[in-house]
Amino acid sequence: MNKPITINIDGKNIKTFEGRNLVDVAKENGIFIPTLCYFRDMHPLATCRICTVNLNGRQTTGCTTKVTDGMEIEINTPELLDNRKAIIEMLYAEGNHFCPSCEKSGKCDMQNLGYDMGITVTRYSHVFSNKHVDFNPKRMIMESNRCILCKRCVEQVKTKDGQNVFSFVNRGVKTHVQIDYEQEEKLTESEAMKAMNLCPVGAILIKGMIQEEPFGERKYDIFGKQKSPVIQGPGVFKEDHEKFIVATTSLAGCFGCHMSLLDIDLELVDMLEVVEFNKSPLTDIKNFSKRCHVGLIEGGCANSENIHVLKEFRKKCDILISFGECAIMGGIPAMRNFVPLEECLEEAYLNSTTSELGANIIPGHPDIPKLLNNVYPCNEIVKIDYYIPGCPPNAQHIWKVVKSILLGEEFSIAHDEFKYD
Amino acid sequence: MLQSKIPDRSHLMSVLWDIQRKKRCIEPEDITKISQVFDISKTELEGVISFYHFYHFKDVGKYTIYLNSSIVSEYSGRDEIRQAFEDAIGIGMGKVTSDKMFGLFDTPCIGLSDQEPACLINFKPFTHLNRQKVFDIINQIKLGKNPSEICDIPKSKIQYTPTPDRTVFFKPYTLFTALKKLEEYPPEQIIDMVKQSKLAGRGGAFFPTGLKWQFCRQYESDIKYIVCNADEGEPGTFKDRVLLQEHPELVIEGMIFAAYAVGASQGAIYLRAEYMYLKEGLENLLDKYRAQGYLGNNIPAMQPFDFDIYVHLGAGAYVCGEETALLNSMEGKRGEPGTKEYFPVQKGYKGKPTVVNNVETLATVPRIFEMGVESWLKLGTTKTPGTKLLSVSGDCPNKGIYEIEWGMKFSDFLKLTGVEKPKIVQFSGPSGDCLSISPNESKTLRSSPRKSRDFLADNEYDRVISGEDITCGGSVMIFNETRDVLHIIKSFSDFFVAESCGICVPCRTGNFLLNKKLQKIINGHGEKKDLEDIKSWSNIIRTSSRCGLGQMSNNSLLQAIAKFPDVFDKALDENSDYNPAFNMETATAEYDRIIKEINANYE
Repeated sequence: MNKPITINIDGKNIKTFEGRNLVDVAKENGIFIPTLCYFRDMHPLATCRICTVNLNGRQTTGCTTKVTDGMEIEINTPELLDNRKAIIEMLYAEGNHFCPSCEKSGKCDMQNLGYDMGITVTRYSHVFSNKHVDFNPKRMIMESNRCILCKRCVEQVKTKDGQNVFSFVNRGVKTHVQIDYEQEEKLTESEAMKAMNLCPVGAILIKGMIQEEPFGERKYDIFGKQKSPVIQGPGVFKEDHEKFIVATTSLAGCFGCHMSLLDIDLELVDMLEVVEFNKSPLTDIKNFSKRCHVGLIEGGCANSENIHVLKEFRKKCDILISFGECAIMGGIPAMRNFVPLEECLEEAYLNSTTSELGANIIPGHPDIPKLLNNVYPCNEIVKIDYYIPGCPPNAQHIWKVVKSILLGEEFSIAHDEFKYD
Repeated sequence: MLQSKIPDRSHLMSVLWDIQRKKRCIEPEDITKISQVFDISKTELEGVISFYHFYHFKDVGKYTIYLNSSIVSEYSGRDEIRQAFEDAIGIGMGKVTSDKMFGLFDTPCIGLSDQEPACLINFKPFTHLNRQKVFDIINQIKLGKNPSEICDIPKSKIQYTPTPDRTVFFKPYTLFTALKKLEEYPPEQIIDMVKQSKLAGRGGAFFPTGLKWQFCRQYESDIKYIVCNADEGEPGTFKDRVLLQEHPELVIEGMIFAAYAVGASQGAIYLRAEYMYLKEGLENLLDKYRAQGYLGNNIPAMQPFDFDIYVHLGAGAYVCGEETALLNSMEGKRGEPGTKEYFPVQKGYKGKPTVVNNVETLATVPRIFEMGVESWLKLGTTKTPGTKLLSVSGDCPNKGIYEIEWGMKFSDFLKLTGVEKPKIVQFSGPSGDCLSISPNESKTLRSSPRKSRDFLADNEYDRVISGEDITCGGSVMIFNETRDVLHIIKSFSDFFVAESCGICVPCRTGNFLLNKKLQKIINGHGEKKDLEDIKSWSNIIRTSSRCGLGQMSNNSLLQAIAKFPDVFDKALDENSDYNPAFNMETATAEYDRIIKEINANYE
């Protein structure tokens, strides 16, 4: 038995045994150190760095720290909390994480940490680099768009003869995980399943696997319901006799967010007592007739018209809110960022199942908005003040945010209302 | 039985080198064969090959030309030389001629910054290039000359040494002199003496060498290793190259001292591939030591011991200068830094206690024993006794190696270099310290006292090169007033993006995103808030990266922001609600092109 010792975590004295893993010790004492690459009982990988803590005043990773007597550990300083958030945001910006279309959504460790930390948007511009999706392996699909290079599969998944099935190839930002086809074939069904479950995100998939759990019953729908991130930002100033004036629009989106807005149901009646809608598909007012307190933007920017409307909103509204995945991350429309524009147009006008037989024209008229080279999240075009994630965002979430902003109140979003999908 | 046939994985890199040199690439059938022999999966092998940029999957030409992409090289006229090569062999950068005769590639600093523009052809050095020389070289090769017949032997341009009685490195040395001391002292006392000498890691980390040896000695093990880190990749540094050219015997004897002190029986010199031309000389010298009984079994000492050294060749990866990455690389793996659970002195090469020391550190040891610790301590400053080698390059007439006594005033040093109108002096490479000197200030401020260490532009001229103030790993790059701060900083950032191993998020992704931000500013779209972002992002990278590469990668950037506020002021606009980097014309250019083409076809 190892020597009993006392360590101090965030001001709390904890009795434990020498040489144990800090993340485990903290967890047993009700203190959560977020991790992405660290996996129970596995040799620590120290790749994701989000478990970085202050150890006797120096920064180091919790997962590689073995406790010794008298250690002073800080886990939740404002700086460390922000670092963690930043690292998750880096991963969201670097990869192509379209939660609404991901099989692992609701069961994804990274997504769940995003919820825990209340990440609504990344501070970094999205890279939208085209990453390889490998369908060649017999049983698996390697979806590099979602891979966060945690190295779990590289270290853990081996064949019976001890051969590595996965490996990092290349270096730096070009690093990606490659599957060895020959070795992958040697894995048993259950070993392959284990590999998929080992992946903290949706990068390793098994062909033909059906996602059985419905919304609301997935791993992280159930977990962490108590947690609720607090969000703050600017409030609205208005004269007492005025109603709050709100404008809404849908850019490159599907109008689903607007549908969800209507799901506020009975509260709509309350809302209309204090709110007046100006330019919005709900009122069919086409042009701003006055300055607005709040503008709600659904969808990202896919064409010149979207840009024009978005800039108009920024000009005419005091506060702009991006609501829904597409406005915040580009969403489903941004998946075309990996396909050459010419192919997109050909697919839409010439080769799609709904195009007329023998169609041979891609229309190009000055009245038709021009498609942009990429689909852009709104905050990469203009300044956005608030974000309401979701696909679509939960109606309660929308109402809570809009109401709190109008009333100038700080608000928190319950874990089960906070979703990227 | 089968198990015993599998060769040691540590031979993997030299096998890959053999194939790369012979065939100019490593092809699928080679990968199949090697993976079978070493009993690893093909993917794992491809992971190793693709980590090092001198191994290639595609033919890189019978004569492979590497040009230095560092900022010093660029300012020495690299573009003209690149153009000359492109014209002479008729291909662009990164390409191979159709007859597979020539390949032209970029690589980070090749350790010839004092003789730029320079290049490596089949890893043979060619220095002081100009357009005519490039054409001559290519013509001669086409006529059948081998690069080894026509290459330049890089000169050791030793520009400065202290008076002979205060010089440590660059004075004559008789082989084996210091090794006689091993017969006078037991290992413990050797360690004590090294501790007394206050010798500290000369690669730039300045960890006390004696302490490192002591730790390694403490751990019991059937085998221990001494590794000489000759992977100097910090852009602008070449002092280890000169040491290995001028005094390789000091390095070897330093390793023998270390082995005796810690009880190690095997040693390796991890030589960066850019210095491949030094390998043969080193190996011949090692033979000489073997012949004299100073390597091999029963090396004469108070407690006779066994020790031998071989040369391990790197394959192009700056991060391998980091000791745990270096050890992984020696084991035939991807050169990723370790998780830092253990120091190499506890679990290093193949999990055994290992001392990794820099070339210069090791070369110092026999000198200390030769002159005696007492006289050694009389040199330099209290914290850093002795002398230091600096590799000086950039905008100054006296480029080359300076052996300076620690404690030299920065202003005196600058005078030696003969620089006129300096603006930035970059110490210890891109990850080091960015010193600002404006020509006007340097005159008036020469006598003003240095107030603090917080890098204020008005007192840098009076700083001192020593452990107490500016420490230095070895690279000193000088930039004059015509140079653009933003361009230099961006070049450093490019270097870290290219050389990050990619294993940890803040260094891989953080530096990549930061680099895009810098490009935004250089494109003229910067806003005031971008500067705040840069500072905050840099801090995140510094505090959470796994190894020194990431942690130090934004030192110069942050210092440049503090020291050249006017440069950034000028480059940044007030914050706007509209992202100035978004340009409608650029964003719709592709669409316009497609529609125009369609209309043209239609008509």
